[in-house]
Amino acid sequence: MIRVVLPTHLRTLARVEGEVQLHVEGPVTQRTVLDALEASYPMLRGTIRDHSTQRRRAFVRVFACEQDLSHAAPDAPLPDAVAAGAEPLLIVGAMAGG
Amino acid sequence: MSMVRVLVGTRKGAFILTSDAKRARWEVSGPVFGGWELYHFQGSPADPNRLYASQSSGWFGQQIQRSNDGGQTWAPVGNAFVYDGDPGTHQWYDGTPRPWEFKRIWHLEPSLTDPDTVYAGAEDAALFRSTDGGQTWQELPGVRSVQGHLWQPGAGGMCLHTIVLDPSNPSRIFIAISAAGTFRSDDSGQTWWPINRGLRSEGIPNPTAEVGHCVHRIAMHASRPHVLFMQKHWDVMRSDDAGESWHEVSGDLPTDFGFPIAIHAHEPETIYVVPITSDAYHYPPEGKLRVYRSRMGGTEWEALTRGLPQRDCYVNVLRDAMAVDTLEPCGVYFGTTGGQVYGSADAGDSWTPIVRDLPPVLSVEVQTLP
Repeated sequence: MIRVVLPTHLRTLARVEGEVQLHVEGPVTQRTVLDALEASYPMLRGTIRDHSTQRRRAFVRVFACEQDLSHAAPDAPLPDAVAAGAEPLLIVGAMAGG
Repeated sequence: MSMVRVLVGTRKGAFILTSDAKRARWEVSGPVFGGWELYHFQGSPADPNRLYASQSSGWFGQQIQRSNDGGQTWAPVGNAFVYDGDPGTHQWYDGTPRPWEFKRIWHLEPSLTDPDTVYAGAEDAALFRSTDGGQTWQELPGVRSVQGHLWQPGAGGMCLHTIVLDPSNPSRIFIAISAAGTFRSDDSGQTWWPINRGLRSEGIPNPTAEVGHCVHRIAMHASRPHVLFMQKHWDVMRSDDAGESWHEVSGDLPTDFGFPIAIHAHEPETIYVVPITSDAYHYPPEGKLRVYRSRMGGTEWEALTRGLPQRDCYVNVLRDAMAVDTLEPCGVYFGTTGGQVYGSADAGDSWTPIVRDLPPVLSVEVQTLP
């Protein structure tokens, strides 16, 4: 299972506590994980990536294994530790403000 | 016994204020959707327990929340606001063309007759409609065809912020956009035309242009749908012919800059504004928070000050943050950027703070319940 940690506001919106666990068929990429996340929690559509362009929203970041994957290609494989469920994929609300 | 429910949207969540018809003691509940911006929060005239809320965030975008039980429980509905076809471009601040891009919903206007039909005003300016209780949204693209390529955002963004439905003519809709002006449709939103004749705005190259005016709010009394009142960026205006022409009724106001305008529930010639010093200051003149009331549809105004701070007050009152109830005497309510919600149970003669320390108030709507 793929583990995903959501920011507080999205956990509230999706009515989940703690990590979300997802089953992903095939390659484990940002796109396939977000597809699975949105399929399980439709209210999250549009919150992490734009409805139309599917591009990541500007103030949402994606971290895993102490790496910033925000600018990685959506179809690039995620780290093996994420694919194996050893490490979570972190969806993060960017620090903004003062 | 009747009761009043005041729906308050703030920068950090929604609050519901309830009272019996005396309007002397209030219960405050919330925040709902804490931490999110609630640009607007509105009930259906056809089913008062059906509420719609526009919930947005600079991080996570737009949500529409719906309640079927008067705000006891909520569920997110559709949040896909996709412009119809290729929306093209509008003017950017530097005069270059800029593609239309959805940012948020500023205003939700439920149908007068069908709880499942609701209109939504967007930034970048567009009008959307749902006929399935907010699950799906379709743009009415005719709005943008009215010289939309020439519209340019004001300082607050290029938002469609006002939607007024005509109770005597289900096909007629009025909207207002910053900084494009006021528009009318007589065919349920398919085609539109500008209704800005008589407006004069010194801040645009052609002060009497057909479009480009920064209209802040328009208001209509249900008993006289051909009469409209407008708070423009500067100037309080009136139309007696459904927007075909406008004339100024600022009269003896201390300043005619402001945002909200509201009409007494039972006296269609009694109107309320909150004068603000200027667009450079965005706070009341002399540090005095004063609502001004005209009982003759404008021109002659009286200051309403009893119960409102008359020194050291530097809050603003935003365009959607004033509303009335339908009790007798009429109640008037407004919220400030300082987080106060004031209420008057005597048509504005006196005011009391219902709550003082909310986040900055973005919108105030009122439901009068049997």
